[in-house]
Amino acid sequence: MAVFSPETARIAKSQAIYSKAFDAESVGALLKQGVPGAVTSTSSAGIVVDGAKIVDTLTWLKNSPELAYDYFNQVTAVDWADKFEVVYHVSSTGRGGPPLALKVNLNDKENPVIDSAGSVYYGALQQEREVYDFFGINFAGHPNLRRIFMWEGFDGYPLRKAYKEAYYEQDHKPFETRWDQGHHIIIEDRVPWHDNVVYSKNFDPTTYKQIREIARVAPNINEGDVKALKTQPVVISLGPQHPSTHGVFRMIVTLDGETVMALEPIFGYLHRNHEKIGERNTFYMNVPFTDRLDYLSGMCMETGYVIAVEKMLGIKPPERAEYLRVIMNELTRIVSHAFGGIGQVYSDLGAFFTPIVIYGLEERELILDLLESASGSRMMCNYMRFGGVWRDVPDGWLDIAKELVHNRLPKVVDEMETYLVHNEIFDVRAKKIGVLPPDLAVNFGVSGPMLRGSGVKYDLRRADPYSIYDRFDFDIPVGTNGDIYDRMYVRIKEMRESIKILKQALKGIPNGETLAGKKAYSFKVPKGDVYSHIEAPRGEFGWYVVSDNGHTPYRYHVRAGDFVNLATMEQMCVGHKIGDLVGVLGSVDIIMGSVDR
Amino acid sequence: MKIFPFGTLNGMLVIMKRFLRSYPSDISQRSKTGALLKTGPDATVAAERASVQQKGLITVEYPEVKIKPPENFRFIPFLLYEPVLDASGKPIVDAATGKEEMGVERCTACGICAKVCPPQCIWIVRAVGDDGKPKPKAAEFFIDIDVCMNCGFCAEFCPFDAIKMDNDYELAGYERHINHIYDYPTLLKSTTYYESIKPTDYANEEAARRAKEEAKAKKAAPAKETKKA
Repeated sequence: MAVFSPETARIAKSQAIYSKAFDAESVGALLKQGVPGAVTSTSSAGIVVDGAKIVDTLTWLKNSPELAYDYFNQVTAVDWADKFEVVYHVSSTGRGGPPLALKVNLNDKENPVIDSAGSVYYGALQQEREVYDFFGINFAGHPNLRRIFMWEGFDGYPLRKAYKEAYYEQDHKPFETRWDQGHHIIIEDRVPWHDNVVYSKNFDPTTYKQIREIARVAPNINEGDVKALKTQPVVISLGPQHPSTHGVFRMIVTLDGETVMALEPIFGYLHRNHEKIGERNTFYMNVPFTDRLDYLSGMCMETGYVIAVEKMLGIKPPERAEYLRVIMNELTRIVSHAFGGIGQVYSDLGAFFTPIVIYGLEERELILDLLESASGSRMMCNYMRFGGVWRDVPDGWLDIAKELVHNRLPKVVDEMETYLVHNEIFDVRAKKIGVLPPDLAVNFGVSGPMLRGSGVKYDLRRADPYSIYDRFDFDIPVGTNGDIYDRMYVRIKEMRESIKILKQALKGIPNGETLAGKKAYSFKVPKGDVYSHIEAPRGEFGWYVVSDNGHTPYRYHVRAGDFVNLATMEQMCVGHKIGDLVGVLGSVDIIMGSVDR
Repeated sequence: MKIFPFGTLNGMLVIMKRFLRSYPSDISQRSKTGALLKTGPDATVAAERASVQQKGLITVEYPEVKIKPPENFRFIPFLLYEPVLDASGKPIVDAATGKEEMGVERCTACGICAKVCPPQCIWIVRAVGDDGKPKPKAAEFFIDIDVCMNCGFCAEFCPFDAIKMDNDYELAGYERHINHIYDYPTLLKSTTYYESIKPTDYANEEAARRAKEEAKAKKAAPAKETKKA
């Protein structure tokens, strides 16, 4: 099991060949034959597609047997002076390789409309709502085009360049009022909107009623499957203050007795528009902000963003820094799985005070102590820099890490497996509940342990290797049934694989520099755009960064894995009891910091 | 009703194992400091207790016992000043305030910390001389510690080693508009304090400074000689 088999080596190799064969230009050439008139222009940065043909193009890319772009990474938009640019990224779970960028120009800035890609990829539906919310771009044919993070009475589209938020000072930091005559002002004293509320034009707060009922029953589920009692369906609002929703997440659930008939997730209670803040910041300032996305795995968040900007700058970190990044990432993955992925599920299933979850915190403390002594902070590490890491680890750090990795962590993982996974109570609560079939998982763009729990062997560390992950020998654990049990078991197995990577990295770490080039706090990044994704503990986290040759990103978008994973909640829960819903939500493993952004 | 005897028993077994394991290490660590029946291990064994080698209880009883934060720990910036030294080279301590007497402040009000600050929580007023020209000195310096996100960029990019990250994490107060906006006098702390919390960083910086000064002196010395000749 643990051996790096020749088969995995072959797969890794063949993926490298495949991804080389299908860069954007060669796909563009194939598309010209497949969908006539769709391609406007092709470059290495992506394919510009005619807006009217986007659904045809995506359908063709998905169904083409050799290309097989079956996985929808993300959709977002960029607000240029003369147009909106809608950007899609799709990739293939079978082939791996970097994602393909498709761009559509919408020249009508007054009323931008584009066809919804939801009929091709279910996963597009939720992200299109996000684009509608932030940019006001209408997706024709979308069944549920409502605001997703903002509320219904919100005025304006926040990610348009013309939008100015409350307490707005300047377009870009640093603000001029800070130096050299900067007197402190308490922010509440500068309230720009007096009552601090502006409603949109056709909204009347006095007649506002929240949407309270979901009349529909979830699609592709037979009403006969739901055991009909002779009762009226009840609509309840689970959250946002519910202890099992991990922060401020809310679900509107339609119940028949105790059986879930329909479910809709409601987002936005922790929304702070990370992306708008990111566009005000310089590139450098964004690094500590990324820690606040998925705060249980801050190191992974930093790595993802830093790699994206490094790609644009064309710099490469020194060898030792690459090793340190891998070590930090894998330590973080263990912490995140032990506490978030596994601890939360058990606490949701009513087992928080069973010992292992609490005892797992001991090892979490030791790992966080390591992160703290290296970076200065336990969770908000701010350790990664463009071209390396902040500074080398202190003396003796690697020895402590080795002791931990070789002697302590394997024991904890074994203990977790024996007492938690092979536990009859857990068997009853987790097996065959919240099943997500593999084809549906891929179509929804589900990623991370959830996707692998459904049996799809797709891990970005292998499929599209970043940093130096291609040098290490590790397996990709997969489940078979795609239920809560499999997701949990995949996480525990993944912790083992992380330990395996850590052992190799701690053995092979070379001496030398940890930061390439000269430190600078403000620099220009060449014009262009990049989408860079990493395998975070909660799935694929991608950064879409656009620069217009300035000190600040022109567009800064984060594709959060757990936000996309949440789209499948209804598929997994319908037909089960409401008590199981909580366990399913735990097994999705959400962190509201990155879901709501 | 369904009963799960083995699942329940397994869980109890784990608890029992931990319960028994916590005793030997705790007793030996308490007896080391001669405080067997008191609250817990004191600061000398706190570090041992929170280490990788620890087999039993891993916790210490805060706030009676505190684990010293690592040197790299960062929490809220502060500004450095050189204390006034007496004849023996020791800093003179003001008896009334208990603070070391203020010598030279290192800050030159160049504004780099205010420019790199991601949440923009630093405000600086530059001092102006009698002639109306700006002086390399801060007249006022504010940090809103409610806004500060403890990223440490200010300390990282300060060219004069004037702003550093503190290790003091107990900042709770009853009020936020007066207590939580640190002004210049609150922020200033002496280099002796800095040396006590971050000895390695301090030694490295002093060595670098001395090397720089020596290089400067060397450069200046031959120039003087040629002048004399």
